[in-house]
Amino acid sequence: MAKSSDNNRRKFMATTLQSVGLTALVGVLWSGYSAEAKAAKLVLRPPGALPEEDFLKACIKCGLCAEACVNRDTNIDKETGKQRPGTLKMAKGGDHKLVGTPFFTPRDVPCYMCDDIPCVPVCPSGALDEASVTNDKGELDINMAQMGLAVVHKESCIAYWGLQCDACYRACPLLDEAISLEYQKNDRTGKHAFLLPEVHSDVCTGCGLCEKACVTEKAAIFILPREYSTGRPGDHYVKGWDVKDQQRVGERKMDEIETQDKRSSEAPVDYLNKEIEY
Amino acid sequence: MKKVKYLLLRRITQIGLLVLYFGANAYGWHILKGTFGSSLLFGVIPLADPYTTLQVLATGFVIGSDVLLGAAIITLFYFVVGGRAFCSWVCPINMVTDLANWLRRVLKLDKEEVNYRFLKRNARYWLMVLGLIVSAVVGTAAFEVFSPITIMQRGIIFGFGAGISVVIAIFLFDLFGVKNGWCGHLCPLGAAYSLIGQKSLIRVKHDHDACTACMECKVVCPENQVLWMINKESVSVTDGECTNCGRCIDVCGDNALGFSIRAMAQKK
Repeated sequence: MAKSSDNNRRKFMATTLQSVGLTALVGVLWSGYSAEAKAAKLVLRPPGALPEEDFLKACIKCGLCAEACVNRDTNIDKETGKQRPGTLKMAKGGDHKLVGTPFFTPRDVPCYMCDDIPCVPVCPSGALDEASVTNDKGELDINMAQMGLAVVHKESCIAYWGLQCDACYRACPLLDEAISLEYQKNDRTGKHAFLLPEVHSDVCTGCGLCEKACVTEKAAIFILPREYSTGRPGDHYVKGWDVKDQQRVGERKMDEIETQDKRSSEAPVDYLNKEIEY
Repeated sequence: MKKVKYLLLRRITQIGLLVLYFGANAYGWHILKGTFGSSLLFGVIPLADPYTTLQVLATGFVIGSDVLLGAAIITLFYFVVGGRAFCSWVCPINMVTDLANWLRRVLKLDKEEVNYRFLKRNARYWLMVLGLIVSAVVGTAAFEVFSPITIMQRGIIFGFGAGISVVIAIFLFDLFGVKNGWCGHLCPLGAAYSLIGQKSLIRVKHDHDACTACMECKVVCPENQVLWMINKESVSVTDGECTNCGRCIDVCGDNALGFSIRAMAQKK
């Protein structure tokens, strides 16, 4: 009898060890695959979306935003009377984005910046944050959305060649605020003007109507997620002439320099005196 | 007709629900919107999948109250009434694995008993817990990354893309790999519903006196370990892994099986 209970215990130990081991194996594979699957960086999310890292935690992949988008009352083509495709798509296998999450591709269908923002209040999980697109008066305000930022590639923008094109400027729902036209003299001809589109990142919502409107074969103005189209000067660069910027830096002490690299370990004069290479 | 009564009812329910979800996107219907992850019934009542909700909570995100309420409603429904009925009456993957199972019988693949030592029916509970751990580590609902259930459902509503390959993989696995491999061994969502539905009211009841031990029920049952009482005792199937699919009742020629309410079943 003692021997059989010994055998039973040994068997129990072995099968438990096997289960734990196989679970660990699956856990490693599962974690690795999931981490890769959510790694798509250049994804444009609906208005009000939390920062990507939090968004991927929060989104329950229900599709209510995409359904609200395509079925909104304003999404009827005035000429044909038929429904147009929605802006928001649900990522599926082959889209190379985390499957089941909403995204949009402005060159195909941009965000039309509906006043009532139908996609945001329907979000049950909080992945689309209504507060981030609600103004001081408590009204939904699509102009507060930051889905991305329009970026101009000067070399392929024909306005920078000197040709007359203001398609993106005209298409912008925040005309003269998010995109303005800067006038410059065309020295090549000596008698014409450049009308150059300039994007203002504090106003641009990233709706992508400019990208959709761009006349070049591949859009010369396009939307990138803000994380990838903006820089950050850091606290030690201050606009001394700007009260707001002074407040941003606040009570910072000058010896707390956060940017650490090979250069910051030496004093600036060493660059000349010691001929330091960087 | 009697032989497929519950099978037909289940297919009508499954396909009917998919039609409602499809119509919500394609035609703007307000009956049942969203997906199983989170839905909106009649435009007001939130519904949410309990295990998916747990995954989101595991990432550390404080999820919206609509989802919490929805998950509570669904949990309560299956806890009190339905048991594991989600798996056989709602889930679209059930149609895929049922087809694989049926083909196994037609092609006589079951005749050669193969011992899948490494894959036991309790693997799903390990995966269920693991799914929550991976969600916490990776920072996204981990089962949803490849869940064939919602991939198939979203595929039907929004278009499949390459997502169809996951559904095909499940079909091939169940057909040529392990019998009832996905739904009966691996699916962590099914595991969650097995736990939720353990004490539910609707139960299959066995009548030992009427049973002729033909074992037809055990052949069709996708979780046939729950039918241990066949030809032994007159008791109800109380195991949470029973999906209340009713196939055993359909195929029983002796009226030895039928749905009953748990409390009444115990009185008799």
